[in-house]
Amino acid sequence: MAIKLAIQNLSKLYPTGEGVQNIDFHVEEGELVTLLGPSGCGKTTVLRSVGGFIDPTGGAIKVSDQDVHHLPPEKRPSAMVFQSYNLWPHMTVFDNLAFSLKLKKVKKIEIQQRVEEVLTLVHLQGMEKKYPSELSGGQQQRIALARALLLEPEVLLLDEPFSALDAKLRHELREELRDIQSKRNLTMLFVTHDQEEALSISDKIVVMNNGHIEQIAPPQDIYNTPASLFVAQFIGRMNFIKGQAVNNTIQIGDITLTMDDLYTGEVTLGVRPEDIHVADKSSVRIEARVDKMMMLGHFAEITLHTLIGSLKMFVDRQQLEQFELNSTISIKLVNFIVFKENGEVLSNRRMNVNEMV
Amino acid sequence: MWYFRTVGKRKIIEFIFLCIFMVFFFGPLLNLLLLAFAGEWQYPDILPKVWSLDWWSFVLQDESLVRSMWLSFFIAAIVTLISLIICIPAAYAFARIQFPLRRLFLFSFLLTNAFPKMGLYVAIAVLFYQMNLMNTFTGIILIHIINTLMFMTWIPSAAFENVHKSQEEAARDAGASPMRVFWHITLPMAKPGIIVASVFTFLSSLNEAEGTFLVGVPNYQTMPVIMYSIIADYPSTAGAVFSVILTLPTLILLLAARRFVGADVFANGFKMK
Repeated sequence: MAIKLAIQNLSKLYPTGEGVQNIDFHVEEGELVTLLGPSGCGKTTVLRSVGGFIDPTGGAIKVSDQDVHHLPPEKRPSAMVFQSYNLWPHMTVFDNLAFSLKLKKVKKIEIQQRVEEVLTLVHLQGMEKKYPSELSGGQQQRIALARALLLEPEVLLLDEPFSALDAKLRHELREELRDIQSKRNLTMLFVTHDQEEALSISDKIVVMNNGHIEQIAPPQDIYNTPASLFVAQFIGRMNFIKGQAVNNTIQIGDITLTMDDLYTGEVTLGVRPEDIHVADKSSVRIEARVDKMMMLGHFAEITLHTLIGSLKMFVDRQQLEQFELNSTISIKLVNFIVFKENGEVLSNRRMNVNEMV
Repeated sequence: MWYFRTVGKRKIIEFIFLCIFMVFFFGPLLNLLLLAFAGEWQYPDILPKVWSLDWWSFVLQDESLVRSMWLSFFIAAIVTLISLIICIPAAYAFARIQFPLRRLFLFSFLLTNAFPKMGLYVAIAVLFYQMNLMNTFTGIILIHIINTLMFMTWIPSAAFENVHKSQEEAARDAGASPMRVFWHITLPMAKPGIIVASVFTFLSSLNEAEGTFLVGVPNYQTMPVIMYSIIADYPSTAGAVFSVILTLPTLILLLAARRFVGADVFANGFKMK
């Protein structure tokens, strides 16, 4: 597939010393790529650089192989959907949508037709005469999306578009966005700090931290094989256990694990709560006391007290009956990842508990 | 008494305060209005004994008085226009551009309002003498604008600040050049604040007496300036008639402005950021 948006070695440094560096990724045609990271990580800086609202210090931004670096926002082939909708309150919905078309001197009849068409696409037919203040937050953001779609952008930029909406509406709009994307074959760059949102809608996630990229991968891979301790902490839930590595063994309290790689130094073991299972008799087990049980809908979170520290474990709600507060159970770690002291992954291969000694 | 018992103590106190306020606020205005239509009115009477329109026809038929009214409105219109041209760009700059000493500059507009007016005007008059601006139309316009700079910069500046930068960016994104963005997005959104500021400016120019008196007399006599001589030379009824005429445009303009804008615009204008 053709590369629609290419960001090459982009950097933006602010006098305060903050900024982004070595940003390098691309978005293919029809793809939805998410920039994910905590606030202040520089994801918005990257997005705004693409939109033309920030002048980068170095690097290149290419849309359909054309450098857009020298173009002002109004001449760029991208369109942006803002977090705060940014509809113009003194204009009706129709005027908000028709604004860009009028600037392009599109004929009146065509404007009417295209506004109607895009309103149908975002399920807001017949709203032309309303003012933004008469619409709900979700409706306003739909109009903002429609306004951006009317620009027929080569790349659609979305800056935390749903973060001001409540959870249910956010869910709905995510799905709608995906529908619209497949209908129009949109190429999108999406900024969010919400890892659940990123995991659910992206074709590819670019995880950012502190102005640089931590990992670029599809959602599944980001979740299963995080490239660093930061990504592991940021995406999903994970238990972290400190240990000591000597050659090919890891010592955590009384427990000794072996691994393929040779390393000596402090390490951190990462275990997802769903990768902690109740142990049967045959496997190597860790004794644990049930400290807390919390129902979270279709699954429950159990807090365990073990010799290697406090661990969280997810179990299906059907299995919850098997657990009793303050009772002692045996658990095994089905999968875990070992991180070096500097946060790098020691072994990208996920080890199986059967390799435990 | 049952009525007061049902409304409660706090409500009664509120009501009493409202009454006091109404008397203070509307009392003088009512008195003025009665006086303007009075033919004969002596002290113990609550209402005039004889009603009359004599002084109205006197004021409206005196050519110099009518001329002063036109002059006042003309000056106020010119002052408003020029202040708009000077202050709107300045207000936009204060709202959008972070330049050094920005707050200090913004506060400096308060200076002309911080000193006793007459002292300031005398100092200005000395300057005007040197520049041959005494007794000129330009001189009057200038001295009026000195007074209106503050309203005209502060209120629109707050209005511009209320237009989010990202709303302008959305318009840039939609393909509008910076000039078009200002014309189609920023200016219309800031319009209520600008209207309020213009009304303030127009009214303060219309009511300006001291500066005009110092710079414009004898050739340029606006309504407020003539007011002084009327009060001195004619019975109080004539003054009342003239006051009513002077108050009317204020009332009309404020009512008109209220249609466009809410109280928050007034409040925002005096917020320092």
